[in-house]
Order: sequence, then structure tokens, then C-alpha cells
Amino acid sequence: MATVSMTVNGKAVSGNVEPRTLLVQFLRENLRLTGTHVGCDTSQCGACVVHVDGKAVKSCTLLALSCDGSDVVTIEGLAHDGKLHPMQEAFREHHGLQCGYCTPGMIMSAIDIVNRKGNALDEHTIREELEGNICRCTGYHNIVKAVEAGAAAMGGKAMPMAAE
Amino acid sequence: MTTPATGVGAPIRRKEDHRFITGKGNYTDDINRPGQTYAVFVRSPHAHAKIRKIDAAAARAMPGVVGILTGADLAADKVGGLICGWMIHNKDGSPMSAGAHPALADGKVRYVGDHVAVVIAESLAEARDAAEKVAVDYEVLPAVVDLASATAKGVGTIHDVAPNNVVFDWHLGDKAATEAAFKKARHITRITLANNRLVPNAMEPRAALGDYDAGEDSFTLYTTSQNPHVARLILSAFIGIAPEHKLRVIAPDVGGGFGSKIYVYAEETVCVWAAKRVGRPVKWVADRTEEFLAVAHGRDHLTHAEMAVDEEGKILAIRVKTRANLGAYLSTFASAVPTYLYAPLLSGQYDIPAIYAEVETVYTNTAPVDAYRGAGRPEATFVVERLVEVAAREMGQDPAKFRLKNFVKKWPHQTPVIMMYDAGDYAGSMRQAQKLADVAGFGKRKRDSARNGKLRGLGYSAYIEACGIAPSSAVGSLGAGVGLWESAEVRVNPTGNVEVLTGSHSHGQGHETTFAQLVAGRLGIPIEQVSIVHGDTDKVQFGMGTYGSRSGAVGMSAIVKALDKVEAKARKVAALCMEAAEGDIDFKDGKFTVKGTDKSMAFGEVALQAYIAHKFTGQQLEPGLKEGAFFDPTNFTFPAGVHICEVEIDPETGVTKIEKWTAVDDFGTVINPMIVEGQVHGGIAQGVGQALHEGTVYDKNGQLLTASFMDYGMPRADDLPSYSLGFNGTAAPSNPLGIKGCGEAGAIAAPPAVINAITDALGHEEIAMPATPQAVWLAVQKMAKSIAAE
Ligand code: FES
Ligand code: FES
Repeated sequence: MATVSMTVNGKAVSGNVEPRTLLVQFLRENLRLTGTHVGCDTSQCGACVVHVDGKAVKSCTLLALSCDGSDVVTIEGLAHDGKLHPMQEAFREHHGLQCGYCTPGMIMSAIDIVNRKGNALDEHTIREELEGNICRCTGYHNIVKAVEAGAAAMGGKAMPMAAE
Repeated sequence: MTTPATGVGAPIRRKEDHRFITGKGNYTDDINRPGQTYAVFVRSPHAHAKIRKIDAAAARAMPGVVGILTGADLAADKVGGLICGWMIHNKDGSPMSAGAHPALADGKVRYVGDHVAVVIAESLAEARDAAEKVAVDYEVLPAVVDLASATAKGVGTIHDVAPNNVVFDWHLGDKAATEAAFKKARHITRITLANNRLVPNAMEPRAALGDYDAGEDSFTLYTTSQNPHVARLILSAFIGIAPEHKLRVIAPDVGGGFGSKIYVYAEETVCVWAAKRVGRPVKWVADRTEEFLAVAHGRDHLTHAEMAVDEEGKILAIRVKTRANLGAYLSTFASAVPTYLYAPLLSGQYDIPAIYAEVETVYTNTAPVDAYRGAGRPEATFVVERLVEVAAREMGQDPAKFRLKNFVKKWPHQTPVIMMYDAGDYAGSMRQAQKLADVAGFGKRKRDSARNGKLRGLGYSAYIEACGIAPSSAVGSLGAGVGLWESAEVRVNPTGNVEVLTGSHSHGQGHETTFAQLVAGRLGIPIEQVSIVHGDTDKVQFGMGTYGSRSGAVGMSAIVKALDKVEAKARKVAALCMEAAEGDIDFKDGKFTVKGTDKSMAFGEVALQAYIAHKFTGQQLEPGLKEGAFFDPTNFTFPAGVHICEVEIDPETGVTKIEKWTAVDDFGTVINPMIVEGQVHGGIAQGVGQALHEGTVYDKNGQLLTASFMDYGMPRADDLPSYSLGFNGTAAPSNPLGIKGCGEAGAIAAPPAVINAITDALGHEEIAMPATPQAVWLAVQKMAKSIAAE
């Protein structure tokens, strides 16, 4: 067992983990932040995407220990004082989710796309950038609309997030 | 058309979304019980083998191990095997050959991934480590993998009850009439096709958490199920875990199902049973590879089909011979899929005097095959829509005109294969779709593509499906082991808010919104005052669950029936409170009024009076306001529509790009168009997946080569277009709301639309699904050769 410490959604946390513990396991099992999901075992689906030090990462592909000292934001850390992040709002407004399983990862990836590519996203860019997030329910049509609208609503600037 | 802001027809944003977008969903793997242990299954690495010995001694000595259980332990506890709930009879009237399906192997394994033993430990990592140490001595048998040769002499027997691996040999329709029609035909179109095997791949992998309360001697199973009551019934009555009243099944938020979560699986059976064995809660969560190996797959047909056409271009008859793969064991509804969910749809949207279908189903050493989005109906639609398309092309007729000529034009219409189509407007949907797709401008677009060295094609698919999968007496006569009605209970609380308990189950369909929308509209109360309760056998008395696009047509109709009773009772309360005759009470917009007076009571006041019961005696009226109903429809529903797919193929790379997707669907009444459109989008994506990307490949030894998202082509955002949708609804007469159902339409319609478009672009018919770039590139080469030869 080893000790790992990091900031998650603005709060300092630490835990004792086996060295092989993945970040997603640490978040889900140790911190009980179950909004981050696991949909595959080959780093393909993106259900597990969180932000580490401001970048979208697949938390199923990272050891918790490698995130020691990092700043992590999960889906639970996006809304503030009951106010949803514009990307969350956009997913609801545009019906960008059905079963909701891929949704946390989609939203975290979408915010990262905006952080990298700005707020004026065209359909082609959104579809290409969502390559690493699989949704089996929506056929992506409304996810694309949601990301476009969410990006615009984010006003061209990355939203300040919990720990950023 | 004006869109209402609330109530039926309004695109209300979903009530359930808040928890999903904030990470507060409650899926099975999010639930933990005190003292919980973790299960890992030891799975067969061989497709077909005898188990000589299981040596778990070394595994038992591993740290953290709580228990290791095998088929012998199941047998000792008299736990029964998994069942298939639909009896099909052979042509000669004898029953199908159903082989035993133990939850843990009893001496033999029949597919890679089959369940040999379960290791239960303090942590998942410890369970995994120990599972590695379970030594199983196998005597490997030859594997039967190839569907075409599965019944050949000497290939080996998978189940002793089926020596030649045939599960059943079934038929439907009038053989003599069909042969006679073929004799009169001017033209006969013949096609041979494969309906590729698919893995459903709901994004949430299956999971189960079994819990046992020794004080009450009762069990709780949290599981990823589309129909928790049916699961409880099967686990109780057939598998024998516990009597129904001692078993609670909870299906919380479920991350997609598409059919794959209808069935009772080995893993959940073992988890709930083992919880008592080890005296601790037992949790299992599939990893994606396990899902690929052991979830019920879909489709997998080989079909030869023929269509007889007269000189006018009228279809005279269809003759179909299909072999369907059911895998190594019969899953819960496996036998119904290639029979009653398939052959009765072979009339398509067409007026066809004679149809004859023969279906032979076989065991193979592959994962069980059962219903997957559309279930049988996509397979039927692929046959019919390919036949029609090829026939039109062979006869030099416009495929759309050929369809229009043969469409059913009067309802009700009795097909020669059971179904009585009760309402529709097939020609109207075709014309609307052609307009929306700008078919008129296709020629120019094709020429533009050609100038850029690209091949453009346009494909139609005029699909029909039978949804609701009821009435119960009808499905009973066809072999169903259960009735397929639905139940609802409407509980009005004293403060006027309402809880609706439904036997339907939402795993993405948005019932918490659409059902609430219906109730709020009917009772004239804000939608926030309505909550929908589902997925827990301790809360909802019974229900048949969600599949076959039945939650609207059947589930919501049960709510309507219960609401009728609530309103009738509330009128009585209002009449007594306002000292008026019951017949003088009007109810509108949430208000009870006495005709011709200014007396009125809001719905909430009536609810309160119903409970405080001060204004009437118990002899006049029972207090309270709570009503239940069971609804059994009078017919299946028949959603139908026309999808048009336009593709552009790059002959250099074989990549097919979908340029345009148009769909005009008749779903009857639409409660929430936003949600219905979402269902269509998702269905199309899965259908396009089948047509272009998805194919399940076993090697000749039965090893699954496509067991991850690296190897199996899940459609991604950049593989798909945006869709252009229209509705052309005609009300379904078989339920009070006129709903037909929308969940499967896209998956049913899409594959032939794509293949018809690709073959149109190629100018020849030889392409199989999935039409991957490699397959298309090869087909392009063939095209080039045939042009060179001309
Ligand atoms: S769970 Fe991380 S990519 Fe699928
Ligand atoms: S909403 Fe179900 S997987 Fe995307």
C-alpha cells in the first residue's frame, strides 16, 4: 500500500492504495465519486474522462499514484452553488443524453475541446474531437448540438472550474 | 403546427437529466453494501470442452479469498438452470430441443467465456488474483463455430438433446399457395444474405450485487435489468433462489440495454445465490471483454430469399429459408426472435398474397444469441427491403415507384403471416421522405460526385415493425411463457402530488419525463408534482418491463387506465364535498367544477378531502385516492416509415460516407418529440453500425476475435451524419393513446437503406454487412472489372 494525495474538485484528499490502483478506482471506490464511469478496458470509450491539471484524461488509463499532487476535476466538480456549468446545461437543453452513462465523460471531454479549440466549434471539428468518447444511445446528433451550444455559452473562455 | 408547452406533444426537457449531468446517477456499480465482497468468474478459454477436474486448492489459499463455488455447489443447493421462456414447436409438432443451461458449468463448457466457477474475495484485485490460480483440467472437444456447417455430419454435438445441433425446424405461412404463386411469376428475384452477428454493447457493462438478510431469510438483487419483475419471477419460479416474496430485485439507473439486459444471466443468478452461501453481499461488474464474451449477442442469420413478381410489377409471393444461430445455450427469449418476431414481418409494408418462411435454428459453440434492438424485425426488414430493391432494379423499375405500387393502401390489412396491420399511410411517408431528402436533386449530386471521382448512391428502406408485443392471449398462443400486458398504479398523496408506479423500466428512454408529462397534462398539475417510480419489485407490484418499443403503447396505456379510475374517484369526492350530483361535476385543467355554478375545487383540494374524509362517510365512499390498472392491448402496434440514405464512396479507399439521412416515421401519437427523435437517432446509429462497422468474428476454434472496442467497430461521432427527421403519424387503434412505439425503428430501417445506397453506387449487388472500407474497396474492384469486361 502507498499513500496518494491530490486535490479533487477543490478539496485536498489522500488515501492508501495498492500501487496498481487506477485513478478511476481511487475516485469511485475511495472517494465514492461515482459520477466517473468505466465503460471499457482498452482506453476506447471515454466514460471515465476527468480533468487532471486542466487536461482531459482517461482515468482508467492512469495510476492513482501517478496523479500524486495533481489537481483533479470530475463531473461532480463542475456545478457551483447549484449552478450548472454551461456544458452541463447544454447537454440537458439539447437532449444530449439518454441513459446517461457516457455523459460525464462526454461533458468532461467537451469542456476540454472548448479549452483547446475555442468557443466557435463546427460540426466537423466536434465529431472528430469526440472520437475517443463512445455513446451507444444518442447516435451523437444531439451530443454534437449540445457541444456546439455549450461551447458558445462558455463564451470562448474556459470556464473557471473547481480547482482551476 | 403549434407545439404545446406542456402535456402530450411538448418537447419537455428531461426530469432525469439533472442527476446524470451532475454525476449523481445511481447505477448498479455505484451501489455498495456493508461487508461487500467481490466476485470474479473463472471462464472457459475453450469453445467446447469437458471439464475433467477443477482444482481450487491453491486459489483458496490466496489472500482475501472468501469462497470459491462451482456447478457442484449450485447442484447441492438445488439451484436450477437458466431458462428459455418461449416454446417453439418443430414443423412436425414436436417441441424444440432445449439443452440444459446451468449458471455454472456441470462438466462441460460450450463457448469461450462460459462460466466455470466463481471466486469471491474481499477485494476485486484479490478475487482476480485468486481466479488466476483456479486450475481447470479440460478435455478439449472440436468446436462447432461455422453457422453454415453447424449441422453437418460429424461436426460434434453440443447438447445431447440435439444430436445434430438443431434447436428447432419451424415454418410459417402457406407453402402451397406460395409455390403456386411462384409458378405464375413473370420474374423471380433471388438473394442470399447474411445478417451479421452483433454485440449490443450498452455502455454500462452488466453488473449485479446480491445481498442476503439472514434475519428475514430474504434476498435483494441489484442488477442491470430492463425488467426486474420478470427477473424475479424467473429467479424464483424456475431457478429457485427464493420465493417471490422473499426476493427483491432492484434495477436502478441502467446505462442502456437494447435488449441485452432483458435476460436472466448466469452472473446475477450466482451473485444472489452466493450472497447466502458466503453470508456477505457479493458484487460483480463485467469488464468490457466479459461483456463481449458472455452478453447475449444479436442477429446472425443466413438467408436465401425469393420474390415472385408479375408482369405489372406486383409482388405475388415471398419465399424465405433462414438458418439462425442461437449460440451455445438458449437465452431467455432466444427462440422467439428468429420465429415470431421475424417471419410475421416478412410482408413488410406490402400487399403480398402469399408468404412461406422456413427457419432452422442451431446451436454453435458461441455466445448465446437473443433479442438486440429490433430483434427479428431488422432481420425481416433486411430480407424484404433487399428483395424489393433488387427486384425493382432487375426489372428496370424505379425502386420508389415499385414500392409505391406494392404498398398496402387500405387498413385494416391482414397479411398472410399472422399480422393485421391496423393503421398507416405508407405512400404518404414515402412522398414526404422523398421531398425531405430532395430525391429530385439526386441526379445532379451524383454527377457532381462523379466529377470528383466519387460514387454516389441512394437507398430506400420502407420498414414496418410489430411493437408492444401484446396482446397476451395472442403471444400465449404463439408460445410465450408470460403475458405481455403492463401495470400501473397512480398514488395521489394528500397534498396533491402524485407518484406513478410503473412496470415499465427506463434505461435511457426518458420515462420519468414522458410518463410525468402524460399524468401532469391529464390531472392539470405541474410536472414537478409528478414522480415516476420504477425498477424495484418492492415498490411496484408487478410489470413486464421495457423492450419491443412497448413502454409507450402498453406501459403508458396502463397509466391512462389508472388515471381514468383516479379521475372517476376524484369526481365522487368532489361531488360529495360540493354537495352536487356526480353527473354535474366537470373536470378540466386541474379543476373540478359544478355545472352551472361557480363552485369549484382544485385537484389538490380534492386529494386532501379524499384523505381527511371529513365531508363524507366511509359508507358513502372509501377514503383515499390511489388506483391501479393492468392494460392488455387489442393488437400489436405497427410503426412504419421510410428512411432514405445517400452515400458517397471513395473508390480509392473504399470509405463510405453517409452524406444525408432522411427518415419519415409513423409512430402514432408522439408524447415528447424531442425524446422520440433521440430514439430515432440512436436507432439509426446502431443500424448504420451494423451496415458499415460492426461484425462479430469467431475464429474456427471459437475464439472471439472481436472482443474489445479496439477490434469491434462501434460507430463513433465522426462515422455518422446529422439526421433529418419527419413524422407522419396515424393513431394506433389498439391503445387509448394511439401510440405505436419508436425505440427500434432506426435500427430496423437503417441497414437495408445503407446497403441499398451502396449497391446503387456500385451498380452491383455483391456486398455484405458490415460494408467496411476493405469490403467496399473489393466491391469497387469487382465493379471496375465488370465494366472492363463489358
Ligand atoms: S473506461 Fe476509460 S476509456 Fe473506457
Ligand atoms: S447516453 Fe447512453 S451511452 Fe450515451
